[in-house]
Amino acid sequence: MKTHILVVLMQDHPGVLNRAVSMFRRRGYNIASLAVGHTETAGVSRMTVVVESDHVEQVVKQLYRLVEVLKVSDVTDDPTVEREMALVKLHVPSQQRAEIVALAEVFGAKIVDVSVTAMVIEMTGGPAKVDNFIDMVRPFGIKEMMRTGRIAMVRGARGHSGADLVDTGWQNDVAGAASAAAQ
Amino acid sequence: MSDKRTGAQILCEALIQNGVDTMFGLPGGAIMPFYHAMWEYRSELRHILCRHEQGAGHAAEGFARSTGRIGVCIGTSGPGTTNLVTPIADAWMDSTPMLAICGQVSSAVLGKDAFQETDITGITMPITKHNYLIKRVEDIAYAVKEAIFIATTGRPGPVLIDITKDALQASIVPDYSKKIFLPGYRPTYQGSKKQVKAALDLMLQSKKPVMMIGNGVMMANASDEVMAFAERYQIPVITTLHGLGAFPQDHPLSLGMPGMHGWVHANRAIQESDFLLNIGGRFDDRVTGKASTFAPNASIVHVDIDPSEIGKNIEVDVPIVGDAKLVLLSLLEEEPEEAKVTQFHQVAADWLVYVRELQAKHQHKQQYLNRPDTSVMMPHDVYAVLTKEMNERGNYRVVTDVGQHQMWAAQLLDWYRPRTHITSGGAGTMGFAMPAALGVAVAHPEDTVWVVCGDGGFQMTNQEMIVVVQENIKNIKIAIINNGFLGMVRQWQELFEGKRYSGTPLTSPNFQMLAEAYGWTGITVESGDQIEAAVQQAYATDGPVLIDFRVEREVNVFPMVPQNKSIGEMITE
Repeated sequence: MKTHILVVLMQDHPGVLNRAVSMFRRRGYNIASLAVGHTETAGVSRMTVVVESDHVEQVVKQLYRLVEVLKVSDVTDDPTVEREMALVKLHVPSQQRAEIVALAEVFGAKIVDVSVTAMVIEMTGGPAKVDNFIDMVRPFGIKEMMRTGRIAMVRGARGHSGADLVDTGWQNDVAGAASAAAQ
Repeated sequence: MSDKRTGAQILCEALIQNGVDTMFGLPGGAIMPFYHAMWEYRSELRHILCRHEQGAGHAAEGFARSTGRIGVCIGTSGPGTTNLVTPIADAWMDSTPMLAICGQVSSAVLGKDAFQETDITGITMPITKHNYLIKRVEDIAYAVKEAIFIATTGRPGPVLIDITKDALQASIVPDYSKKIFLPGYRPTYQGSKKQVKAALDLMLQSKKPVMMIGNGVMMANASDEVMAFAERYQIPVITTLHGLGAFPQDHPLSLGMPGMHGWVHANRAIQESDFLLNIGGRFDDRVTGKASTFAPNASIVHVDIDPSEIGKNIEVDVPIVGDAKLVLLSLLEEEPEEAKVTQFHQVAADWLVYVRELQAKHQHKQQYLNRPDTSVMMPHDVYAVLTKEMNERGNYRVVTDVGQHQMWAAQLLDWYRPRTHITSGGAGTMGFAMPAALGVAVAHPEDTVWVVCGDGGFQMTNQEMIVVVQENIKNIKIAIINNGFLGMVRQWQELFEGKRYSGTPLTSPNFQMLAEAYGWTGITVESGDQIEAAVQQAYATDGPVLIDFRVEREVNVFPMVPQNKSIGEMITE
């Protein structure tokens, strides 16, 4: 199955994430990664979802059926910046400290906590680079690890702002819509 | 102070402002403030007390489907709302505009497993077009407006509003003026002109065209446009279960119903066609059979207001997203070269002659309706009399349940007008018919509403019969096709499971006595020669009548496409 990266802008309402995730579950779409947060526009949340599907067009259409979903973009084939973050707690005896500091430096990872026998490292980067870093430190003994979902943004001036989407959302009243449909 | 209203009063006023005049429901603890308030508004807001919330939900569906207006049902928190889940799911599958209003426990105890607390918004999220949990009185008026807007526009569907008791009790000066703000909801009504032109070009190149119409035509009130288009280009019209009545079946271009229990000639026409125009149908598996074998030679145009239906089950050549009526009007506006049209008429006429020859060779309704030997009372004989009597008297609507009797009704009764055939299609909800008929009868007091129902499904919701009496409704007649089995399951057991009738033989009460206990007129029919007199008596009776037709027990619905087979492979006996 092909992996797709979808950028989804949604109204920031209670339950909206539940609606989206519930739809993925019941239609059998497989979520590989998911990250949600606020955007530059008040009232708009942004979800980056990595989904494995050979029918991504259906996934997009089903997302659009949700009333609070504003815009869905498949950015898989666009030039994007993609980032994940991992926090890794390593078991580090003092004699290995230097080796790990050097490794972290090579990957641009930050050492955010040091204690007598452990270290917490913050690693941010594209998914492959984070994978790679984790493979490199695994032999030292990972005590704990936590990875975020992937976030993605298209490079260049073009993008996915929520601002122009919410300004034009005023609808006709029920009677107006009915007469529009009848004409 | 005098301008203030309680949340419950605001709810009533908002419903009235948004076109609601009839509601079906039951009271209970959390929803009590609404019932308290609706007494003041009873001249504008009729409440019909049902006996079970499932009944209220199906009644709202019957009301909505027979009118095209929003159907409203009410339940209290907890079991009151979980009982609404089945009709909500049914409305979701069949795109019925419905508003479910639910009472919820007070916001102070919400989330604390309070008495009769159930997370109904969580439960119904996958089966509603949208839903709301309202905890503030300030939000009630707008939520009603937005909910009805969403339920009735685009592809219609059920919307649920769950309101906490304290929000119903609190008082404010209401503001009904807030405009609807839905930046993520913009249904497309007008089909793309380019696609419309492409569809017509494709059609005019074809030699074996068929048009298939579904529920979308019904909901868009597009029957006249279907007729105009079919006649303009002389294309045969196939009507799905939910399309029945959207095109008069006595029309020379009508081929009737396709699919699992459709007619052989209709299915063969689809399979042999080289062009299929599907308007407002969703290529349900009961229509397509095994999807990969459906209409193998046809270029397919699919018109649907919901983009997610296009390409979901069947790959199409020309997708058109839009309202059935508006797309048909665009198709009619196109003016192709007259020479091309004339030539097309000729090939379409030859094709129709061929399809009619197929029809003559295979089983069709006339064979069932004119059986030579009627010594045994077959279900078909009941339908033959019903058809004759309904046609003679006119103004009928038929509500069917789910199972064998439903397929026989679709096949054997006559469908001429939109919204006269009401059934549970997508969800296949047994128990739908009796309560749905209540909603149809309330909306159409001028029509005779026939419930055609099996002995199994009838026993799921027959408690709503007493509502008919309480509301003094006289225009409902019930025909139970009583074969002592859960018939459709039994049919499959006979055909595919070596006649192991596991869980299908069914004992029923004496339905005539049951009817009489409810204050209805009850009639039992045990032989074919009594059918006509019973139906005539039902018509002559000024009040609700139930007829228990004790038909031959082991009879199958044919023709039939076995599951996961091509619709070209029908079994006929």
